[in-house]
Amino acid sequence: MPQEHATLLRATGIAKIFGSHRALDEVDFDLRAGEVHALLGENGAGKSTLIKILTGAYQPDAGQLEVDGQEVTFRDPQQAQAHGIGTVYQEVNLLPNRSVAENLFLGRQPTRWGLIRRREIEERARELLKTYGLDIDVRAELSTFSVAIQQIIAIARAVELSGKVLVLDEPTASLDRTEVDLLFKVVRELKAKGLGIIFITHFLDQVFELSDRVTILRNGRKITTQALAGLDATDVVRMMLGKDVAFDHHLTGIDAAARGAVRVEFSQMGRAGSVAPFSLTLHEGEVVGVAGLLGSGRTEVARLMFGVDGADGGTVMVDGKPVSIRNPAQAVAAGFGFCPEDRKADGIFGDLSVRENIIIALQAKLGWFRALSREDQIELAGRYADMLDIRAADHDMPIKLLSGGNQQKAILARWLAIDPTFLILDEPTRGIDVGAHAEIVRTINRLREEGLALFVISSELDEVVAYSNRVVVMRDRAMVAELAGADLEPDAIVRAIAGTGPAQAEARP
Amino acid sequence: MTRPTAHLRPSSKPPAGRPRPLANFFTRPQVIALALVLCVNWLLFPGFFSITWQDGRLFGSLIDVLNRGAPVAILAIGMTAVIATKGVDLSVGAVMAISGAVAAVMVTSGQPAWLAVMAALAAGLVCGLWNGILVTVLQIQPIIATLVLMVAGRGLAQLITEGTIVTFSDPVLIFIGTGTVLGLPTPVFLALALMLAATLIVRRTALGLLIEAVGVNRSAARFAGISAGLLLVLAYTFAGFCAATAGLIAAGDIRGADANNAGLWLELDAILAVVIGGTSLMGGRFSIPMSVLGAVIIQAMNTGILISGFSPEFNLVVKSGVIILILILQSPISANLLRRKTTAHSDGARR
Repeated sequence: MPQEHATLLRATGIAKIFGSHRALDEVDFDLRAGEVHALLGENGAGKSTLIKILTGAYQPDAGQLEVDGQEVTFRDPQQAQAHGIGTVYQEVNLLPNRSVAENLFLGRQPTRWGLIRRREIEERARELLKTYGLDIDVRAELSTFSVAIQQIIAIARAVELSGKVLVLDEPTASLDRTEVDLLFKVVRELKAKGLGIIFITHFLDQVFELSDRVTILRNGRKITTQALAGLDATDVVRMMLGKDVAFDHHLTGIDAAARGAVRVEFSQMGRAGSVAPFSLTLHEGEVVGVAGLLGSGRTEVARLMFGVDGADGGTVMVDGKPVSIRNPAQAVAAGFGFCPEDRKADGIFGDLSVRENIIIALQAKLGWFRALSREDQIELAGRYADMLDIRAADHDMPIKLLSGGNQQKAILARWLAIDPTFLILDEPTRGIDVGAHAEIVRTINRLREEGLALFVISSELDEVVAYSNRVVVMRDRAMVAELAGADLEPDAIVRAIAGTGPAQAEARP
Repeated sequence: MTRPTAHLRPSSKPPAGRPRPLANFFTRPQVIALALVLCVNWLLFPGFFSITWQDGRLFGSLIDVLNRGAPVAILAIGMTAVIATKGVDLSVGAVMAISGAVAAVMVTSGQPAWLAVMAALAAGLVCGLWNGILVTVLQIQPIIATLVLMVAGRGLAQLITEGTIVTFSDPVLIFIGTGTVLGLPTPVFLALALMLAATLIVRRTALGLLIEAVGVNRSAARFAGISAGLLLVLAYTFAGFCAATAGLIAAGDIRGADANNAGLWLELDAILAVVIGGTSLMGGRFSIPMSVLGAVIIQAMNTGILISGFSPEFNLVVKSGVIILILILQSPISANLLRRKTTAHSDGARR
């Protein structure tokens, strides 16, 4: 292969700080000609920040960029493009209502006497796409083609414009298997032509299928850059989740047998294109942890359980009686509570007061005509705010003024106020400060002791292990394993997530 | 559980609750604006504040302002609920025309007045329900969904009146437009009654809070178990009911149903009244009495310009000037300025 080892793009000591948050800390990255370089990391690891710096959308606070050995600074994406760096995003950002040819040559149409030479554009577009193995009507509107074809057109445009480095940001997220194959074929051809390709995805198997090297980020730091040849999925997951730290506090006093009677029983719940049918039984005083990579279907399971998305089939039993849960209101009526992952979008009512945010679910459960009096509201909000140590100057201030941790505690308080039987927590400790984090973990433990059934989704494996009686593992939108007792340790979870471990053998009945 | 950080909190908890409604009533920009407009009217027309009692009824310019402003005030009551849900209802003017047409056609065809009134109100409810279904079930943006009825509604009203102005002499309908209840013109009485009833209902039940929650964050409302769709339908239906009431007043006032002009452009005045009253078009916090106050401000300006003898074209310019002033006073920028000033005066305890 030509120029196998020529380094196209090198970044050294890149740092980016947002407010007080270090999004990237001394990160090095290099991309060679003719390689596909996967960039991996969980949410918040710094992947997109690094990409935005490499493509000129952000300016780094420290560190250097080199293209072909020359130091460069990018003030905007156009400059990066002029240096040969092009990007294709998950959402195709072309013009859906213009023709394929127009999209390919948008902004640089060949003209004669100020008029666009349509025939020439179409001819050139046809030839260009032929090199990508596409023989399509270039006069048709872009939106009439599948997302995969649109992705390839976006790639063709990016390569035409830049031609040296191609960044693919989750290009396969909405593609099916044959479409992925089509896209990969194009990527391999570009690689053979000597382009350097940065590939971002949540699908581990695709990383192994397509990539030569991998760089793993975690919490804004680079964990490693190495050839994929010497790695297996378990290693990669372990590095992504950071499970090389010591676990000294797991299984402290959580006795799987201490759980009480059956509380909630889900059987054969599923939703096409979202989650494969699953069955799960939760007992009184039990925490069932959920582990799995982002996009593995963790959140989708929670949404089905709470009626946010409708299930295709299956039944729900609460305390032995069948209940129908087709919307969240019914779930709340059945005594369920749900702290969603996206606190800002689905959790808090920013302009409403802390007090109102705490009592709102109870009020919704009571109905329109049994209004909680002001005194009741103050009493309830005060009680739960004290219990969870919500730090607010007063409970009548808008909740949007509180810190993330205190907002999360207020949402937890909202559900405790309805005296729930079953609580779903989706990433309850993400993006909050250490103190609030500890408070929430303490609360989970206390609620279990008080007899609640909890279903807790978390990427923090040591944390899941610390408070769960059992852990179910999700992969590729299905529950693939259940770990309990002596098997309940981070390494086993990592192997189950990667699909390489013995945990496979003891998948749920 | 020990909380070592407890001492970080302010030791004296401020008196709980939002500021009591009347505590800072007189410093609100809307109240100041109304006072200014009324003062200007008084300077232009010294008899502006004089109110007399005659034939069992109050008379005077101030009463006229309230009487003329009543239809917009009633529209604004319903519009407040809709805007609080982060929606808007452009069709209320057209619904006024439909309601007036239904009532007029029914009494002229010999139906009893009570039945005509019920039918007109029912027509308003159906129109509101239609809007609500478009917004919730079909998930159409409110401004587009209600635009449908804004355009089609006037055509519907013309179909009902068969293109003519249907005049009537039914005493009950005329009473709704021009009569007297407890010394007040009937429209003023209706507007006050509706305002009090609606305020009591939304504040004594949980409806007010739940509507605000839906307006602030519809997704979070769903996750919290609130039946957001049902509340939205309710808000639009209520707006339709209010519009029908205003339509009856407008018809009774001119003793006829004019499908082309009844309630024409009043939806815009109603939206303006709500915004002047301080309810944000972004949804959330709302106050029905403040919206009614907004309607009174608009009418006081209209009346002032009329009695001043300026040409009516001037009306629009002055109106927009005052409105800009109120909106600037309400804007986050001036709120920030005000806050900076007050914190500078306070002991600076804030970090």
